[in-house]
Formats: sequence, structure tokens, C-alpha cells
Amino acid sequence: MEILNQPLSQKVNDARVQLDTHVREIVGWHFNRETGSPFWLEFADKLDFDPRKEIGGYDDLKLLGHFQDEWLRGGPVRRWVPKAYADEPVYVFETGGSTGIPKSRISIRDFQIDYEIYSETLSDGGFPYGSDWLMLGPTGPRRLRLAVEHLAQHRGGICFHVDLDPRWVNKLINYGKHQELDLYKNHVIDQALNILRAHESIRCLFTTPKLLEALCEKISLKKAGIRGIFCGGTEMNAQFHRFAREELIPGIDFVPTYGNTLMGLACCKPFDLADNYAIIYYPPQPRAVIELVGLENTEETVEYDQTGRVMLTTLTKEFFMPRFLERDEAERARPIENYPWDGVENLRLLSELTESVVVGVY
Amino acid sequence: MIHIPILRAGRSYKSLTTVDVPHVKGGEPVARVSQANQGLIAKDLHSVDQNWRALEALTVSELLVICKEAAQLFAETELPLDGASQSPDDYVHCLSATTGMPESLCWKNMAKIRVVLEELEAILGGLTRGLDLSVLDEGWGVQDGRHLSYVPQTEALGAVLPNNSPGVHALWIPAVALKTPLILKPGSLEPWTPFRISQALIEAGCPMEAFGFYPTDYSGSSEILLRSGRSMLFGGGTTVSPWKTDSRVQIHGPGQSKIILADDTIAGWEDYADLMVASVAENGGRSCINASGVWVPSDGKEVAEALASRLSRIEARPLDDPEAGIAAFPNPEVAHHMSNLIDSHLKVPGATDITAMVRGTERLAQVDGCTFLLPTVIWCEDWQHPLANTEFLFPFVSVVEVPQTAMLERIGPTLVVTAITENRKFRRDLTNSLAVDRLNLGPIPTNQISWDQPHEGNLFDFLYQQRALQIEPRR
Repeated sequence: MEILNQPLSQKVNDARVQLDTHVREIVGWHFNRETGSPFWLEFADKLDFDPRKEIGGYDDLKLLGHFQDEWLRGGPVRRWVPKAYADEPVYVFETGGSTGIPKSRISIRDFQIDYEIYSETLSDGGFPYGSDWLMLGPTGPRRLRLAVEHLAQHRGGICFHVDLDPRWVNKLINYGKHQELDLYKNHVIDQALNILRAHESIRCLFTTPKLLEALCEKISLKKAGIRGIFCGGTEMNAQFHRFAREELIPGIDFVPTYGNTLMGLACCKPFDLADNYAIIYYPPQPRAVIELVGLENTEETVEYDQTGRVMLTTLTKEFFMPRFLERDEAERARPIENYPWDGVENLRLLSELTESVVVGVY
Repeated sequence: MIHIPILRAGRSYKSLTTVDVPHVKGGEPVARVSQANQGLIAKDLHSVDQNWRALEALTVSELLVICKEAAQLFAETELPLDGASQSPDDYVHCLSATTGMPESLCWKNMAKIRVVLEELEAILGGLTRGLDLSVLDEGWGVQDGRHLSYVPQTEALGAVLPNNSPGVHALWIPAVALKTPLILKPGSLEPWTPFRISQALIEAGCPMEAFGFYPTDYSGSSEILLRSGRSMLFGGGTTVSPWKTDSRVQIHGPGQSKIILADDTIAGWEDYADLMVASVAENGGRSCINASGVWVPSDGKEVAEALASRLSRIEARPLDDPEAGIAAFPNPEVAHHMSNLIDSHLKVPGATDITAMVRGTERLAQVDGCTFLLPTVIWCEDWQHPLANTEFLFPFVSVVEVPQTAMLERIGPTLVVTAITENRKFRRDLTNSLAVDRLNLGPIPTNQISWDQPHEGNLFDFLYQQRALQIEPRR
């Protein structure tokens, strides 16, 4: 067994070395007066140490504490733009915001890079090069809208869109307006059906679990020519995964994905019936890390197969977000050949929040 | 551990998402319940017409025979439960363990359901005002020389069901004999009764396609209500509020049921003390048809004291004690919260907890590892007091003193009113009142049900609509 495991353990060690090297590079970039962002330079001024000297790897990021989501609410948003990119065109993407001020994240090319890396994981059979896409998910000031379009373009296709405002959906749910919610869902689905009927070149679909269910009630996606579905945007569990593969879209390449405006895109472990439809995500390390920490003690990593709170770290030259405590929990999954670093299984809202957070049609 | 599956057109389906239902005593799981995802429910409801055809193929008479046989099976025999079987004893133990209802009351509720299954023909007679039910087999018929035709309004009856009392399941049972398949969403703590009724009916020969059983979450419940042509929704004020304007949804919400004594009967109030106690406390005070208010024109404090004296004798007992009369709270925090809420309202002037003075102990009680709220009688001098017109999931009653002339404009929406008066004008005012759903004239306990007089709507009228029909005579 040791011999068999050796290549994976070697890969795990190599990945860890690469991560620590990457951390030093990113910390060196963001805390450098020539290249760093105003936010992190001001942050460094208040520290009694120089992060570039003290942070030698991922574990040392603890010295910076936890990234606070309040820092992303409100402006000036340019304080997040690294000086090295001051003259580049800047996108701003929002997350949250059904009530109050949303969190904003700036991006220059990160969203494109993340989706180009992700593209490498898609099969040519399910997502044929040159095929057109339908993006049936949240639009507006969201990263997904442009990112999926870029993915389609990167793979030689054109992306069609349907407008969808998830904040309105959340409000309808909170107001108990079920009938209006159903009307809105039908309005969205009707538009998707029109696009699918009008453009036979569409072979690939991005959508959310609930919209996929709604769409499949109206049409056989297989008969409509869909070959691959990239599904994400909201929580997905093993039961939905099984239902999708067995009943909604048998024969179509189904790729569950965990996207996050602040982190990027985590890929799903390739489907294996032995996993009993468990959805196991792996972050795009070293550009981002997901660590599962104790629900009580967020300074400790939980053991494999144990439940922990999701802690995200984003490590790109555009955006540095160390040790951000997400509102999700999961079980810690072991490294695999394709992704020789920790993954997360059964990702879901923190149990303590399940009463207060709604997941609508999007 | 016992597993309770989803039933998709009667066929068991084990979900990868499950929820454990805990024992009220200690919290150990009693059963693992498969949970239906929203899309699965939507998909099944999309093809519900096939289920309707399977049930429609039987005549009403045949279905009534099946129901009668199911009554005996439900109450007396082992029935299938996901590859294993469940005896009546098992059923009662599990039901009591997860809902906190004493076993003695579980048996009583079981008997109620049995009666409904056995007496369905009479119940349908009441619901249809004596209609020859073969009309439903043919689509039309002739009665008293007139053509009659009824058209079904739905291919399935959705039912989002409660945890509070197994007896409420009697309300949807007639749908089977009315040829309407069911889409049942059980309460999170009470999957037992709807599952067992379904199994009894299937064993008795009812087409299994008639039974959809979907333990699910909030979004799954909404899916049932949105997709079913007709639904029943049981729940508290906030649950039912969004659906009040949807005519396809029959609301079974808060009861706030009341006993009213009038100027002509108040002097003899002591004669009705037994009636009041039964109305408040039977079935553990957990039903919407239990009285939560006694409204009187005078003598309010005396009535409250007498009620407190009687009700405070009811003690918390172990759930398997044959004398147990009140239910334990599955979630003790809910009991604490409820008791604290009552206490905080009592700080508002105008109300007094009379039972606290009579009993001399706390409202909250711990017995045999379970948490109970003991019967509580509030004397409200002010009808606008926050405790004057409310209800809780235990024997709780407010005695409110209001002039008779002002009662009907102040009682608010009330599921059952038992009005004790011989005053013709007041009786007429009561029959005209839009605030009252079910009206008992005379000393009838609020919780006494006449199955052919359903409250909150008539299931037959809900499921069928009469249509005009003319047929040219054959030449």
C-alpha cells in the first residue's frame, strides 16, 4: 500500500511546496509599495511586523488573522486594486446584497484565468469545442455572468443569456410570495426554452440546480441537443446529484461545481458511482485554498471526514483574501490524484444559518 | 434503525438525504426519514394524471369497501414499513416517542381514524348532502329527476400535514373514496400516521398509485402547494399566511376556538364547567378545535378560578402512563420559550395567571426525562390584552370578560365557537358572524367533531364542482 500511495503522497508534498512558494510570492506582491493594493499597504502599516519577512508559507497566514467580509462592503473599491494594475480596466463583482450592501470584489483577468483553468477539466465529449452555450443563472453584477461567457468563448463558442435577478427571488421567498416566485421562474424558463429552440447550435448549459429541475420539466435536454451541463451557483447535495443523473438528464455530462466570487471555482471529483453521488470539491490550488476549521475553534483544522467550517484563502496577484470564514460547512476530503490537496465533501450552509438563509430558484 | 421511505405513486424510494427523528426523551433517533428534493416532487406531480386514472378505474362503492377493510388493518394488523413491518403497538410507541403525545392519547386518535375509515360512507353522505355517489363513477347521473354532473377539480390532493395530533389525518382520508390521489407531506415529527394509513389502504386493495408520500423541506412543501390543483395546508399563522388568497389551498390554521356564555346563561356557568374543561384539555389541548378562550359577559374571575382549580389537577406523567393527559414537548426549548413568552405578556397589566396561584408550582415541568407545560388559565380583564385571544400547543385558556353586545365584533377569526345561549337574536347574530367558522349552538364541546360537518371547508365541494348538464333524450 505504501508503494501504491507513494506517488500521491509525493504529489501532495509537491503541491504543498508549490502552495508555500505561491503564498510568499503573493504576500510579497500585495505588501510591496510598488505593486500592492492600498488596502493591504495600509493594513501593513498597522502591523508590528513585515508580512514579507514573517510569512514563509500558508500556515503563517495566521499572523494576519481572518479576513473580514465587512471590508468588502462599500467603497472606495479602488483600494483593492493593486498599484501594479492601476491602469488596467477593472471589473467589480458583487456577492450577497439581497438586503443591505453587497460585498464587492475587483477583478482584472482573474475570472477569465479561473475559468480557463476550469475549462481544462471539462470533457470534449460533454462540452465540445466550438459549441454554443446557454447561461441560465444569476446575471447582473455577478462574476458568473461574464465568467461563463468567457468559458464559452475560450472553448470557441458563443454564450446566450437569460436575465435573472437572485435578489428579487430572495425577496419573494422572504415575503412568502410563492405564486409570484413561480411566475418569475416560469418567465425565466420560458426565455430559456425560446433560446434553446431558436439556436440549435447550443450544446452546453450552465444552470443552477433549481433551474435545471424547472427546465427539465418542460423539455428533454438530451433531445434538445445538450451534451454537457455545468451546474452550480447554489448548494447541491448527493440526492440532487443522483436525481439529476438518474432522472433529469441521464446520458448528459453533468459537472457540479462550487463557484465563489471571492475564491474562484472549485472542481468536482470526477464521477465515481462508488462515491454514492457524494459531491467532493477541490479548490484551484495554489490560486485558492479551502481549509475546514473547527466550528468553535477556527484556528484548528479538522481531521479528515470530520465536519468543519469553510475557510477560504484567495491568493492571486489581483486579490488577496487570507483565511476568510465562509458561511458554509462540509466534511474534509482527502487529496486525490487529480487534485493532490484537501477537498470538501457535502458542502452546505452552516447548520446554525439554515433557518435564516433562503435558496430560491437561482 | 427504522427507515421511512418516500412513496412515489406508492413505490418506496430511499433518498440520499435523510433526517433523523429524535425521541422526545433523550434525543436518540427513532427513525431515519428519506427526504424528497423539490425537483423529485415536481417531476412526480407532472405525471399525476396516471395516478388519477388508476384510482378512477374503481367505483366509489369499491373504494368504500376498501376503506372499511383498511380501518381494521390500520388498527389491528402488522403493516409494511420499508421491507419490515409495523404492528399497532409499534406504531403507537413510535408516534408517542417522536411527538410527545401520551400513548393513551395516541390510541384514542388511532380509534378516531379507524372510525373515519369505517364510516366513510356516512361521512361522504354528509359531505355530499346525500348525493348518489355513482355520479362520480359515470361523471353524471339523475337524482330527483334532475341531471347531475360533477367535474373533478384536481388530479391529486396535496396535503402539508402537521405534527400536533394524529386525528387531523382523518380530514384527508375521504379524498381516497372521492377518487383523488394524495400527495402527502408529513409533519417532520409525525411521519407515522399518514404512512400507516396509506399502507393500510394499499393492503386493502387501493391502487398504490393513489399515494404520494414526500417528507420534505419548506421548498418541497411549496412545490406541493403550487403544483397540486387542490391542497390542504396545516400550520401556524406565518406558515399559512402566504397562501390565504390562493383558492386552491384549503387553510387549516390557528384555531383560537372559544366557548361563549351569554347574558341568559352566565348565571348557570357552573353547569358548563365539565364542558369547558373537556374543550380545553382533551387530546392534550393540542388541537385547533381545543378551546383557548372562554368569553363571558360577567363573572369572569369566578369562571377562571373554577377552571384553574379543575385544570391544575392535570399532572405531567410519563408517556406510557395510562392516565397521562398532556403531551411532552419534543423540543424542550420550545416549551421554555412558550412559557417565557406567556410570562412576559403577563407583565402587561390586565391579565393574571390563575393556575399559578392555585397550583403553586411552575408552569414548566420535567417528568421522566420529558418537558411539559402544565395547563394554564389566564384571567383577562382586558379583551385587547396579548393573552386574551391566543393559543398554544398545550391546555391554555384565557377567560375574557366582554359585554355580550360587543363579543362578536371582538372575538376575531375563530375556528370553533360553542355558544351557550337561548337568546334568539344572539343566536342569529352568531350564525351571521363571518368570524366564526364552525358553530356549535348549545353545550357541545368545541373538540367534538361531527364528521359530516367538516370545519374549514367541505372536502367534496373542494374536490368537485357541479356543472350544468343537458342530455338530449334518446329517440
